[in-house]
Amino acid sequence: MKPRLAEETTSGGRVGDRVRRPDAVQKVRGDFPYSSDLQVDGMLWGATVRSPHPYARIESIDTKAAKAAPGVKAVLTFEDVAGENAYGLEIADQPVLASDVVRYWGEAVALVAAEHPEQARRAADKVKVEYAVLKPVTDPEQALLPKAPKLHPGGNVTRHIKIRHGDQNATAEVVVTGDYEIGMQDQAPLGPESGLAIPDGEGGVDLYIATQWLHIDQKQLAHVLGLEPHEVRLTMAGIGGAFGAREDLSMQAHACMLALKTGRPVKISYSRPESFVGHVHRHPGKLHYEHGATKDGKLVYVKARIVLDGGAYASSSTAVIANASCFAVGPYQCPNATIDGIVAYTNNPPCGAMRGFGSVQNCYAHEAQMDKLAAALTMDPVALRRHNSLETGSALITGQVIDGPVPVAELLRLVHERPLPAPAAKNADLTAMPGGVSNTTHGESVKRGIGYAAGFKNIGYSEGFNDFSTARVRLSVVDGKPRVEVHTAGAEVGQGLVTIQAQIAGTELGVRDVMVLTADTEVGSAGSSSASRQTYITGGAVKAACEAVRERVVALAQSELKSGEGLRLEDENIVGADGNVLVALATLLGEEVIDELRVFRPRKTSPLDPDTGQANAHMQFAFAAHRAVVDVDTELGLVKVVELATAQDVGKAINPQAVEGQLEGGAAQGLGLAVMEEIQVQDGVIKNPSFTDYLLPTILDMPPVRMDILELGDPNSPYGLKGVGEPPTISSGPAILAAIRAATGRPVTRVPVRPHDLVL
Amino acid sequence: MNVSCTVNGRAQVAEGVWEGESLLYMLREHLGLYGSKNACEQGECGSCSVYLGGTLVCACLVLAGQAQGKEIITVEGLARGHGLHAVQDAFVEAGAVQCGFCTPGLVVATHDLLQRIPSPSDAQIREALAGNICRCTGYAKIIDAVNLAAGRSRS
Repeated sequence: MKPRLAEETTSGGRVGDRVRRPDAVQKVRGDFPYSSDLQVDGMLWGATVRSPHPYARIESIDTKAAKAAPGVKAVLTFEDVAGENAYGLEIADQPVLASDVVRYWGEAVALVAAEHPEQARRAADKVKVEYAVLKPVTDPEQALLPKAPKLHPGGNVTRHIKIRHGDQNATAEVVVTGDYEIGMQDQAPLGPESGLAIPDGEGGVDLYIATQWLHIDQKQLAHVLGLEPHEVRLTMAGIGGAFGAREDLSMQAHACMLALKTGRPVKISYSRPESFVGHVHRHPGKLHYEHGATKDGKLVYVKARIVLDGGAYASSSTAVIANASCFAVGPYQCPNATIDGIVAYTNNPPCGAMRGFGSVQNCYAHEAQMDKLAAALTMDPVALRRHNSLETGSALITGQVIDGPVPVAELLRLVHERPLPAPAAKNADLTAMPGGVSNTTHGESVKRGIGYAAGFKNIGYSEGFNDFSTARVRLSVVDGKPRVEVHTAGAEVGQGLVTIQAQIAGTELGVRDVMVLTADTEVGSAGSSSASRQTYITGGAVKAACEAVRERVVALAQSELKSGEGLRLEDENIVGADGNVLVALATLLGEEVIDELRVFRPRKTSPLDPDTGQANAHMQFAFAAHRAVVDVDTELGLVKVVELATAQDVGKAINPQAVEGQLEGGAAQGLGLAVMEEIQVQDGVIKNPSFTDYLLPTILDMPPVRMDILELGDPNSPYGLKGVGEPPTISSGPAILAAIRAATGRPVTRVPVRPHDLVL
Repeated sequence: MNVSCTVNGRAQVAEGVWEGESLLYMLREHLGLYGSKNACEQGECGSCSVYLGGTLVCACLVLAGQAQGKEIITVEGLARGHGLHAVQDAFVEAGAVQCGFCTPGLVVATHDLLQRIPSPSDAQIREALAGNICRCTGYAKIIDAVNLAAGRSRS
């Protein structure tokens, strides 16, 4: 028994082509099965009982009434967790179902499976949990005080990164300081957390799921279910966006537990309010910065204290704070740095991965500081940035010397020199005004501002993490034509990995029909679709497997044709050294199937020194710059972003259309955090867990994005490519903040910017 | 209760519908039409946009019983045969599809817009699609797709 999954379609195209997505046809027809669309006969629906308190001891759990409710087939608690009741991406500190204590509002406590989803939800309401409510720790600074209750056995410091670079007592002629605050952003993928678990009747389970990393889910699931990894098989279902929200387990273990208990397939699909508590968020933070520079505008030192609120469980906090610290200064040369990056446990919602991963929070601070420094020096802000830009051969504050193209100054020049949009027209359409069709202004009190920002981050895993991906490539003849099948476990989250794998195979093997098979755990790990890494790492694995297939084809041709050197595979033919076609590939292969599996690893990284934060900790870096033009209604504090311009080095655009989509979509998420998106948490409780109250940018909010896409070629990566997905989300928001400051003359140190920040 | 209606030109009876179910739930779980997506259940994201009696609605905000005797057209009913409707083809070609979860709703909303205004201005496109949230694309290629479809319909 298995649910209907997306069709495995063939596609063609070569590296560098604007390729139509093979999965888009099913998607526009409404025929693409997402994880929330899965169904099989006899399926039950699962629901989750969640804590109404951010911090409480569980006194008792009574499931009797729930078990007796109509349609109910199982009610489970922590006592039903067969393996160890603890999981987590970096630290196994989170229970599958809370046993003695709940540490955040919405934490899972019990599970119900029933015939109808409404029966399951109503039965969940009948599970009686008695709590002894505790006073929650909701401020990370308070959590760090010695008197604070310890939320976990090791205390409340999830990780403290210390970077001590250069002279720790450096002084400077010009000094600026600032304090900055970042609100909690939600990834808000449109597809809810969902999946279908089907018991195999022999104690194991098959899970059809939307996740960013099948194999890390499998490893954690086997651990908590008390099964061997081969007894927990995962297959990728259609993914409705991710952006970091699908790195941690959500409903995976719960659906598997219910399926194993009832012996029936169980589907769980979160509602939007449940989704807001069902995944981690971008860390909110408070950042204190001090920049020192010479009178002619050279950075002398940066001191920073970055405190991120990790919430109740660690998730990927330890890696997020490393990024926030390593890239704290931004893409600038700085000989001396003293950075303390601390992420703390609290009783707020758990925070973890979101696009930009630590580099978003610090970019707001270092870019505001650069503008402040420019003002103190009476320098042009772009000139100051270009004067200090990282270059090839520059050392980061972690001591790592960057090789390959580092075009920070050039990216800033490009966005600076791009023509500006026309001034606001008199009698412009209301939708072009701050306040939009609310009809709050026809141009009165509207001031325009222009701002700039640059940012960077690491691509791939860092700090010595074993980064690799696996690809299997199979060449055969189908209906008289060569056919390549590519099998990886890489997650197609919308970014276009399915297209890129086909383009790479098509390029390496010169075959027109390439089929990318459904991702599952039958093939080795691809690592996660995060850190902008899949095109590089899984793309690299597909390339390596194709090269191995090609070598075997050429060897076969040499043997069959009794020919010597110089044979090559070209356009579905074997071609001799003189360029003449010797035999068609399909004829050469006949019944033969060539199947190769390869693991690809990028160059190694090293752990940060615990005392100084010095190391070659990162594999590749990607850079972007943005210019924002905004109109602000200075009486009402309403902002209209008029235009964004960006320049980014992508190394090599494997699919230019997809690259543009990343630059536009990433900028929209940056705009969201800058001017509207915030999960409002009061005393540990989320006050706005819905799309009515959590505002996302609509088509009316998003301006045109003008783009310069550079392809400078990284000498270390496949095809010279660089990761693309995250840089657009890093500097877009800080450029908008700079533009708002320029329009209003106010310091504006907190995001998202609220109307009262601009008028009161 | 049973709900009788016409869906994508076919007479249908959804049996055993619970009174509290939405039109979206009925389409998906009773009639097996999973193209209309459930992303917010509050009418904010437009992912479940369908025609009900010729009017564009969010199926999550309509009770299943309100569809009794009505004609419904979903994303699955726009194309004739195995091909794509011009709007669908334009979304594919323009690169307006990434994760695609918002796409069915945007395709239906664009279909409705172009029926009303065959050559919409940028402001009219933005106004018409303001009820459809896309988290992936930043909307630029969606606007390209609408213009592409409008241009092809004219020619």
